[in-house]
Amino acid sequence: MKKGLVILLVFFAALVIYPFIFKNPFPRHLLIMIMLYGTMGIGWNIIGGYAGQVSFGNAAFFGVGAYTTAILLSKYGINPWIGMLLGCFFSSLVAVIVGYPCFRLRGHYFAIATIAVGEIVQILFTNWEYAGAAVGIYIPILEESFFNFQFHTTKLPYYYIVLAMLAFALLVCYAVEKSRLGYYFRAIKDDPEGARSLGINIQNYKLVAFILSAILTSVCGTFYAMYVLYIHPANTIDLWLSIHLCIIALIGGLGKIFGPVIGAFIFIPLTEFTRVYLGSEGQGIDLIIYALIIILLATLRPQGLWGIFAKSSS
Amino acid sequence: MEGVLAQTLASGLLIGFVYALVAVGLTMIFGVMDIVNFAHGEYLMISMYFSYWFFILFGMDPLYSLPAITLIMFGIGIITYYIAIRPIINAPMLSQIFVTFGLLIFLRGVAQFLWKVDYRMIPETLASGNINLAGIYIGRPQLVAAVGAILCYGVILWFLKNTKTGMALEAVAEDKEAARLMGINSNRMFALSWGIGIATVGIAGVLLSTFFYVFPEVGGAFCLIAFVVVALGGFGSVVGAFLAGIIVGLVEVVSGYLIDPSFKFMFVLALYLAVVFIRPQGLMGK
Repeated sequence: MKKGLVILLVFFAALVIYPFIFKNPFPRHLLIMIMLYGTMGIGWNIIGGYAGQVSFGNAAFFGVGAYTTAILLSKYGINPWIGMLLGCFFSSLVAVIVGYPCFRLRGHYFAIATIAVGEIVQILFTNWEYAGAAVGIYIPILEESFFNFQFHTTKLPYYYIVLAMLAFALLVCYAVEKSRLGYYFRAIKDDPEGARSLGINIQNYKLVAFILSAILTSVCGTFYAMYVLYIHPANTIDLWLSIHLCIIALIGGLGKIFGPVIGAFIFIPLTEFTRVYLGSEGQGIDLIIYALIIILLATLRPQGLWGIFAKSSS
Repeated sequence: MEGVLAQTLASGLLIGFVYALVAVGLTMIFGVMDIVNFAHGEYLMISMYFSYWFFILFGMDPLYSLPAITLIMFGIGIITYYIAIRPIINAPMLSQIFVTFGLLIFLRGVAQFLWKVDYRMIPETLASGNINLAGIYIGRPQLVAAVGAILCYGVILWFLKNTKTGMALEAVAEDKEAARLMGINSNRMFALSWGIGIATVGIAGVLLSTFFYVFPEVGGAFCLIAFVVVALGGFGSVVGAFLAGIIVGLVEVVSGYLIDPSFKFMFVLALYLAVVFIRPQGLMGK
């Protein structure tokens, strides 16, 4: 364990130093995306990996976070940090409204229901004139400052904000795993009947997992809106985003704290590099590569790559 | 006004038969082996491309290439089973979901790589044109597709109820253990369910290609509709999927007509949620 802590500290120290070594925009952007997806992957892992409920609708939380922030800022001039908090509130609300009925469903039925919910949310936003409909929302440009959550001359502050988010997500996940919650979640995943007979209120604990997942994803939505400064239904509430989160968690290892971080470090560079190097000629090759990774992992190593790293570090 | 409504109902009914045909393979595979094929819509897309290329390269009308494509799709289904599905029959459900999802991404990737994201359409087929039925205009391709779907459904039901192999399939769906004790090779039945399941969605793809654009993502919407149909009909129920297909077709066009076409898909998805919450076994499920 002590050795694990050392590795973790070294890892974070490396992340802190990284932008001083890589000063170009692209490598910084790459790490920002890795950490953003890592954070969301941890969020997905709590509901999908720990509690075993495969959600293909987490993009809805990302969208709610992004849209809450963007609407409040562009229509009412409300500070994006407050938007972030309110985004978490609305995402949690959505998690409860969706989760309450859906958690009675098992396995495939639940997974398909989350696809349906995600798509419904996307259709609603695509047709919601107030929220910019299909065109989306441009975030008004403000003076750059931490208070305004906007930085134009350098992307560096975004880097450290998302680094802090990643650390926060890891802490949340660690706290979950060490508390009774983690124990309940795993019981729900491995043996729902047994968990019920032990008096665990399965419904409520699934909801707790879903809310935690929603909050971590929603925060990323706010970050993304402020980072890109332009959101629309296709770049926020997309089924593919939800799918990517599952892939990231699967690559790293379902139900492992650090799994999604490893997953993001493998998956995001792969997507960015295939896009940059293969360009339009290689269109589709990236998909073929992910698909093979997913199929091989799910078939041969459903516990993800985490075990390989854990073995060498323990 | 009445004419428009009648027109709407007619088109909903016609597309509903096609939805039923898209969904029947999904429900069959689920019934026989408890696996949801998330890539089902992608097989539809592949067969639409087959139909398109048979037309472009050999000048074969979709209605003529239909038998060949059905056979090819049957083979693809069997191959898919042996390569991708057989290793995970006893794996946890998470692995099964990820593998069929992986298939979805794989097939889309292949289509994007080979044929780019362009929208393609077969310009003119034997089925092109309109007919006027008592004041209601019906597209001939839609009519042909609907009739084709009904015929295909009839053959499937006949096969399941009257042939030894069909009955064996139903027996495996009913109770795997008992079927095994009766000497039915469940592995062969699983393979067969994939063959038939993919062949039927292939037929639906060819019929659709006479009036629908072909592009790499075309399967997505149809796959979601197929999920709704299967859930509404009852997972594993072949007859249920037929009724559900018609209902979904009608819900889609009527909600599009009464409210707003951009919301019609939302009502179809909401129907799925309503069904699984209120009656999780669907119309005909057990």
